[in-house]
Amino acid sequence: MEVVNIENVTRVYRVGKVETQALRGVNLTIASGEFTALVGPSGSGKTTLLQMIGCLDQPTSGLVVINGRDVTKLNRNQRADMRRGTIGFIFQFFALIPTLTASENVEMPLLLNGHSPSARHARVLELLKAVDLTDRANNRPDQLSGGEQQRVAVARALAPKPTLVLADEPTANLDTENGKQVMEIMERLNKETGTTFIFATHDPRVIQYAKRVVTLQDGLVVKDTGEKA
Amino acid sequence: MLQILKMAYRDLGRNRRRSFFSALAVGGGLALLILLASVVEGEMGGALENAIRLQSGHIQIRAASYDENKTSLKWEDLVPNPEEISTRIAAVDQVKAATPRLYATGFLSSGTQSAGAKITGIDPLSPASDPYREGVISGQYLSPEDRDAVLIGRPMAEKLNLKVGDNVGLSLNTADGNVQEQILTVKGIYTTNTYGFDSATVFLPLAKAQALTRTENHASTIFVLLDETSMTDTVAPALSVSSSLQVKTWKDLNTLFVEWEDLAQSYIGFLYLIILAISVSVIINTLIMSVYERTREIGILSAIGMRGGRILALFLAESSLLAIGGVIMGLIIGVLGTMYFNVNGFYVGNMGLSGIAITDTVYAKLTMENLINLTIMTFVATILAGLYPAIMASRMPPVEALRAEK
Repeated sequence: MEVVNIENVTRVYRVGKVETQALRGVNLTIASGEFTALVGPSGSGKTTLLQMIGCLDQPTSGLVVINGRDVTKLNRNQRADMRRGTIGFIFQFFALIPTLTASENVEMPLLLNGHSPSARHARVLELLKAVDLTDRANNRPDQLSGGEQQRVAVARALAPKPTLVLADEPTANLDTENGKQVMEIMERLNKETGTTFIFATHDPRVIQYAKRVVTLQDGLVVKDTGEKA
Repeated sequence: MLQILKMAYRDLGRNRRRSFFSALAVGGGLALLILLASVVEGEMGGALENAIRLQSGHIQIRAASYDENKTSLKWEDLVPNPEEISTRIAAVDQVKAATPRLYATGFLSSGTQSAGAKITGIDPLSPASDPYREGVISGQYLSPEDRDAVLIGRPMAEKLNLKVGDNVGLSLNTADGNVQEQILTVKGIYTTNTYGFDSATVFLPLAKAQALTRTENHASTIFVLLDETSMTDTVAPALSVSSSLQVKTWKDLNTLFVEWEDLAQSYIGFLYLIILAISVSVIINTLIMSVYERTREIGILSAIGMRGGRILALFLAESSLLAIGGVIMGLIIGVLGTMYFNVNGFYVGNMGLSGIAITDTVYAKLTMENLINLTIMTFVATILAGLYPAIMASRMPPVEALRAEK
């Protein structure tokens, strides 16, 4: 089943009179349960493509279909609803809310989705256990290491049981050991839950975890390995 | 909602000093508004009651042809048989006192000094004359039988360098248009703490004033005090004792005060706006700073699916918490300040407003209505101040927000 279907997507940024083409007509299909890496040099369009898939940005032209729904036709609130229920995000800069504890950060998407307090509590515990941070539940981000923060971000991304998790350079700010730990957790959760993972990276150590590697260059898909068995 | 409030509270705690001073700006503004309103209430209310007590009474009965500006002493412009009319009016319910008074203009002279004076003939025993009796600070009060005694205000005594027992020359107009002169003795010196009144008004017993002005059994007015100022409009129609007499209420007799009060209220309204604008601008500044500092966080919240409405609610919750903190501080400072000035007052001296009986010390008076209105006004203004930054945050495109530097 297709989770993501991108057809001929372009994205042009205009700054004053200068136009920059970030995407020049990308076509891509991602099936349910994939563990796919978007790779390419800086400026190749990886992050822009993730933002299109994540309903964070709108294409200049083309079609973006997530879970069978054309998201280019959605308004601002509908896109927020789509993100809340369907998509989880993991960012390079950890992206936790600094005033909330680890468990509250994980709880936030559940809260936005209207889960009951008991359901939220159970899910938060389950996810913190999955990322091995049960004992850090009440710590705020500034009391956690970079690796721990990114593991909390992984738990938060998975909290509402999304169909799709998007990770933008998830290990870029981590040392080798922590980067490995985060990738192993993502890989395990992909296998256990069947959640589709798409991650942008240019780190060869990360790419090796991917079952499929899509290479972008100058806003175009130039190579697609297809999913490994 | 609870989570939004919790987040808002913690967000404010990130920069405690800035949040404290922002709330203090709101509190300071509210405290200033409370103090201002209390002083104005004390001053306006005090001035009005003072004017009624000292000058106009609640109601005056005068001859239909009497012109206050001319202080006419012609018999046809005066009230005949005033004692009889006063007695009838005093019998009316809600009338506290009714007493004849005679007004004349003249000069007091002592040595080489002289001063214009409003000579007022009073019944020294009437309760309406209590403020003058109670205000005697030197010598004695008048008695109805006095024939060469005068009671003068402290500013007049200082100007003419007079003390109790000194002789003073009095020149005044009479009913037949002549000028009468007589040497009187200063029996007492009074103060009502109302410079404009004390510096011009001298008192004689009514009988003596009538004799000097040759008005005999006539008075300029029947001065009426009621139990309550609010009863004036109800009681006034009942006092129309004759078609040749007119009934004037305190509003007719204090037109300058009423106009001054309207003008003062306009200025004060403008001052309220300035104070509120300062508080509001501090809050706007604080929250805009907060939005800029947390742009990336707004992007994160948006990325995990928080709708613009909730982001708006988050920032409005912050301005609400600042408003609550500020209002609590403002109420404490404002009420304590008002309590202090209510007991001690503050000296304003001679404000130079002739015709308006403003005392030289103003005592702040806080009404519940003012307190509630100002609190609500400050609270609402502070929340509204948060609206612009909140809208700004809620409309931020998530991609741009996420791109922001931390």
